[in-house]
Amino acid sequence: METGELNPNYYPARRAAAVVQHYLNTRYGSPYRWMFLGNVHNASSEDVTEGRKYQLELTIQEMISNVSGPCSAELLFPGAGTPQVQASCDWLLPNNTRAQEEAFYQQHRDSHNLVSGDRIPDSYGHMEPTMKPFWHLGGVASSFIMLEQSNQSTLYNMAQVANFTQLETEKDQLRFQYHVLLHEMVSQEIIHWKMLITWSPAEGVKVLQTDLQPKCNCEDPPDSIN
Amino acid sequence: MYVRKHPQKKHCNGQKCATWYFPVSSCWCGKQSSRHHACILLGKVAVRSRDQACDIKGGGETTWDSIGKNEGAAGFHCAVCGCVREGDLPGLLKIGLFSGFCRDQVLRITAKDEGQLALLKELAGMEHLELDVWREPTDLSTPVDIRVPNIHLQTVKAFLEAEDIQYYIMIEDLQVMLDEEQEQMLKAARTAAPRTTDDFDYSNYHTIDQIYAFQDMLVAENPSLVSKVVIGQSYERRPLTVLKFSTGGTNKPGIWIDTGIHSREWVTQASGTWFAKKIVTDYGRDTALTSILNKMDIFLEVMTNPDGFAYTQTSNRMWRKTRKPNPGSSCVGTDPNRNWDAGFGGPGASSSPCSETYRGPSAHSESEVKSIVDFVTSHGKLKSFVSIHSYSQMLLYPYGYTKTPCKDQNELHNLAKKAITDLASLYGTSYRYGSIINTIYQASGGTIDWTYNQGIKYSYTFELRDTGRYGFILPANQIIPTARETWLALMAIMKHTSDNTM
Repeated sequence: METGELNPNYYPARRAAAVVQHYLNTRYGSPYRWMFLGNVHNASSEDVTEGRKYQLELTIQEMISNVSGPCSAELLFPGAGTPQVQASCDWLLPNNTRAQEEAFYQQHRDSHNLVSGDRIPDSYGHMEPTMKPFWHLGGVASSFIMLEQSNQSTLYNMAQVANFTQLETEKDQLRFQYHVLLHEMVSQEIIHWKMLITWSPAEGVKVLQTDLQPKCNCEDPPDSIN
Repeated sequence: MYVRKHPQKKHCNGQKCATWYFPVSSCWCGKQSSRHHACILLGKVAVRSRDQACDIKGGGETTWDSIGKNEGAAGFHCAVCGCVREGDLPGLLKIGLFSGFCRDQVLRITAKDEGQLALLKELAGMEHLELDVWREPTDLSTPVDIRVPNIHLQTVKAFLEAEDIQYYIMIEDLQVMLDEEQEQMLKAARTAAPRTTDDFDYSNYHTIDQIYAFQDMLVAENPSLVSKVVIGQSYERRPLTVLKFSTGGTNKPGIWIDTGIHSREWVTQASGTWFAKKIVTDYGRDTALTSILNKMDIFLEVMTNPDGFAYTQTSNRMWRKTRKPNPGSSCVGTDPNRNWDAGFGGPGASSSPCSETYRGPSAHSESEVKSIVDFVTSHGKLKSFVSIHSYSQMLLYPYGYTKTPCKDQNELHNLAKKAITDLASLYGTSYRYGSIINTIYQASGGTIDWTYNQGIKYSYTFELRDTGRYGFILPANQIIPTARETWLALMAIMKHTSDNTM
């Protein structure tokens, strides 16, 4: 493993930076706020007693508002277990999405209108406009799993929301059951996870339960839109 | 299919729509046309320019009524339920006078017990509500989707709420959604297959058959420039077809481009069809391409893994590998980009048939790979080999199986830089570049490692859009921008290859 300055375009820095992306989504993500990695500008790493530590300067893009900004982060890949991240992105302030989040929350809070959806996006990259926030929410919630599962030999993205179902609102939190497909780049595997999540503007996204689905060497049900 | 189809009731108010297609339930929105009006008669609609009367033949005893001619203001007008002839539909929608789904909503309703399910079936049967069931009430686990005309919304919702039946508004205003998808829908309404490659819709994803048909059309339209070479058969016996672009002569050096070797990477096959058309369009018009083709032949394999591609369309959108079974395992397929004889067996591929990076039982075991190997070997004069994948936005050169830099590293690195700079000039799309092993991961048995070791110096792999937001399921509206920007990078590579070939 290279120690010291890393080439910011090569995979060791990029994998570490992706972990920072997942971390930021767990902290700041919402149905109207979903972060992706832009460029890595500087990276360095070294061995420490607890594992391997990275220092990164990177650009993060918020996908919905299309705003980008710089972040600096420090991350530790321990010998085993969840990476530990500290990141500061001063520009990521939770103000501009308040109105949309509130409206969305109010719209879905009453349990006689429970939402569900599947294949978001569909095979053609398409989704109904009303499904978009649920796609974002799935992506943000997946970040909890992706963060936990990441190590120096992985690179995760959410490939698709297979389906989601809204459950009854409890304690003022919207609740959902999600089934997501994660794409792990190094193994190229598609990994299925189910999760139980909650969200409210006040509390943010929380993942209550996660359930790894066994790899199925079988067929998907046919596309419902054809 | 990307468009949500209109509910296709075959009748309207008891009258069958025979050649008259597309029932419309009565209301239209807003836009006044200054030049056209709609003429309606008991379920038939036609468009006439405003200075024409509605005296259309075949009306029977009842006269045609004009809608819109004398209307002062834009707004709602409810006419009779009509069947619209397919050919009139685009015109009607274009003038905005006649739409039919204004403020209709589609409700997704979930029955929680048999009693509620029965109520829903009863509701759907109430003709006066003009409900349009998109997804039938079958059992309790499947939601029911029903389009409710605007005028009956209050009634239906009140009913559902009184019976405590859960529903939510899946589509808030069907007309708004249709307007957004209008162009797609018009294309779908013209259901005939494209007659020429000018008619072919490059901005959409296509089926295997459509792409094979496209290839044949391209050859038929450009017989002096394009020919089809069948280099082998896939495991499931589909033809492995390569388009050869040649200005004639023998023993010319060549450039190879392949797309779709990993079947789930749909933007690559789609871009491949665009590249094919681009070549025939630009030959004789673009100086750079013309001069390349005068010197060299271009070989383009669009569906390099047709079995996998078929499988992504019928069964599993995320399928990557070939479809050859593995004896002794329930897992199917080999990763065609780990099956080449370059570092085969080493780290960077899996020995498990269930893995997405399974190298296969032996190098070149897959016919999809062996066909190319045989072609390259017997051609003997390929100077550039470009294998196209998605996603990640990268341009990569050898090696993947070893950290040892390839001997042409500097030249390939500089050329890659030029190529991605040209790519970025179009839309600002940012690519990274470098050797496979440094930039993405160690991978053994890869295509371009083998081709490079055969002496094909300008061996590159692309990873096209995007960087993970949509990943493999890239929206169709990004196909053409992706193809256009990638073409600039390909031209940089081909030009350099040509300039450096005797």
